[in-house]
Amino acid sequence: MSDYNFAYLDEDTKRMIRRAILKGIAVPGYQVPFASREMPMPYGWGTGGVQITAATLVPQDVLKVIDQGADDTTNAVSIRKFFQKTAGVEVTERTTEATVIQTRHRIPETPLTGDQILVYQVPIPEPMRFLEPRETETRRIHALADYGLMQVRLYEDIARHGEIATSYAYPVEVAGRYVMDPSPIPKFDNPKLDDCPAIQLFGAGREQRIYALPPHTGVRSLDFDDHPFTASKADHACAICGSGTSYLDEVITDDDGGRMFVCSDTDYCARRAEGVQ
Amino acid sequence: MAMLDATVGHMPGMVETAPAPGPLLSVRDVGKRYGARIGCADVSFDLWPGEVLGIVGESGSGKSTLLGCLSGQLVPDTGEVVFDSRDRGPVDTLRMSERERRHLGRTDWAFVHQNPRDGLRLGVSAGGNVGERLMANGARHYGNIRATAQDWLARVEIDPGRIDDRPRQFSGGMQQRLQIARNLVSGPRLAFMDEPTGGLDVSVQARLLDLLRGLVRDICLSVVLVTHDLAVVRLLADRLMVMKGGHVIESGLTDQVLDDPQHAYTQLLVSSVLQV
Ligand SMILES: Nc1ncnc2c1ncn2[C@@H]1O[C@H](COP(=O)(O)OP(=O)(O)OP(=O)(O)O)[C@@H](O)[C@H]1O
Ligand SMILES: [Mg+2]
Repeated sequence: MSDYNFAYLDEDTKRMIRRAILKGIAVPGYQVPFASREMPMPYGWGTGGVQITAATLVPQDVLKVIDQGADDTTNAVSIRKFFQKTAGVEVTERTTEATVIQTRHRIPETPLTGDQILVYQVPIPEPMRFLEPRETETRRIHALADYGLMQVRLYEDIARHGEIATSYAYPVEVAGRYVMDPSPIPKFDNPKLDDCPAIQLFGAGREQRIYALPPHTGVRSLDFDDHPFTASKADHACAICGSGTSYLDEVITDDDGGRMFVCSDTDYCARRAEGVQ
Repeated sequence: MAMLDATVGHMPGMVETAPAPGPLLSVRDVGKRYGARIGCADVSFDLWPGEVLGIVGESGSGKSTLLGCLSGQLVPDTGEVVFDSRDRGPVDTLRMSERERRHLGRTDWAFVHQNPRDGLRLGVSAGGNVGERLMANGARHYGNIRATAQDWLARVEIDPGRIDDRPRQFSGGMQQRLQIARNLVSGPRLAFMDEPTGGLDVSVQARLLDLLRGLVRDICLSVVLVTHDLAVVRLLADRLMVMKGGHVIESGLTDQVLDDPQHAYTQLLVSSVLQV
């Protein structure tokens, strides 16, 4: 561990990232540009989230890392090891024990608390990217809160699929002001963004943007009056813990089309299974 | 013809019985340079509700520059442009904030580009293109937005059954009509059009002109119409301004200017067209 500065990044870089984080917290949902650093992992592997985690961690922190809800996937394991090695912090798989949770694609099922920070890995921070490729124009749209285009995106969804088919990275309006991409979490998780007691930080490494939701921020999923937002999930119970309310992954069990549905949040599922036993 | 009478009726010095509305757009001494080169200079005119003003002139005479200055896309060096807005009455469009100008741009104003690709979202369906202004203005009922879009497609003679097609699947003339529907859906009072029939072949042009004429009449739309084509202004414009070298060299009622041009350049313009 002595080979590295605490949490890998040098103090100047951490200070620069913390400034961007504070600005993001001061202006909820606003994308703050920051000078993303090279990390010893490729873009697309959570470099934005890793830089935020590095700038956020203190030695007393207990870190949890999840990828699609699971603590044991390659990506989660390697990021966790990275911080064990470079920061020497304690790590955990338990949501309730963690003070900092870095995540890709999920919000834990266990409700978060005011002592926790949730760090999201973001591939594409701009919710209008695919409708309006000009960065100058999307910036102006955000500056003027001129969000008709965002609604066009949902209109197109309904026109093509008969309903709002966007099921990941479902756009939200933050504190009645900025429209934000919540990262590719399932829309099932969107209601958890709202009024959350934890600090939520979003980092996009390749795109060099940080944005944030301070505790208890109002977050509303965009929709139409006659096509209201619904947080949907597979209509099953978890095959392991029996939960009927948690977000489920479909798992293929054999070559003959056998499949089952299990909790995507492995920690939540394991605790429940223990309790049931 | 009613439009012409209205114009004449508001000429200075005429006795008026009812309190008359002011001009919709009032332009004074607008000028813009590009470095040492003149884009346009000393342009003044009033545009009245429901009136169509044609601007003609050779390539480089400053038509697009002027239109850009009037519609807030370019910032003129001199002059004043006052628009009688629905919400707030007369407003100085050059000094208003970007937010206010964008609001005008999606409510009271329309801008029809020569190339429909510049005025459409090619990745979005026809319905989304037409509905965008409604949504930008706060509409949040999908069914109503769609019904309005279908209605407007029909009004510009596009089969409402094609509401979910992308503009790329449309012909050039259909794309131009879609651009018009996308602009007029908010019930604007003033449209800026830069060569709206430019890239179209003659028969398609004629149909579009017919359509435009009907729409202008039906919704009492005022238009500032830039074109090279004297046949287009003959059909659509109540009044005409002829530009050369950035200046307005002649203006008046369309028929007067075309039938009895005063300026030597206008005479040349008219005679050269008639010979074609
Ligand atoms: N961006 C620019 N930079 C420099 N000069 C320009 C620019 N745009 C226009 N001009 C010049 O200003 C003058 C007026 O140009 P403008 O485009 O307004 O003419 P126009 O009447 O619209 O021509 P056309 O019929 O070809 O569209 C021309 O001399 C042109 O070269
Ligand atoms: Mg031009």
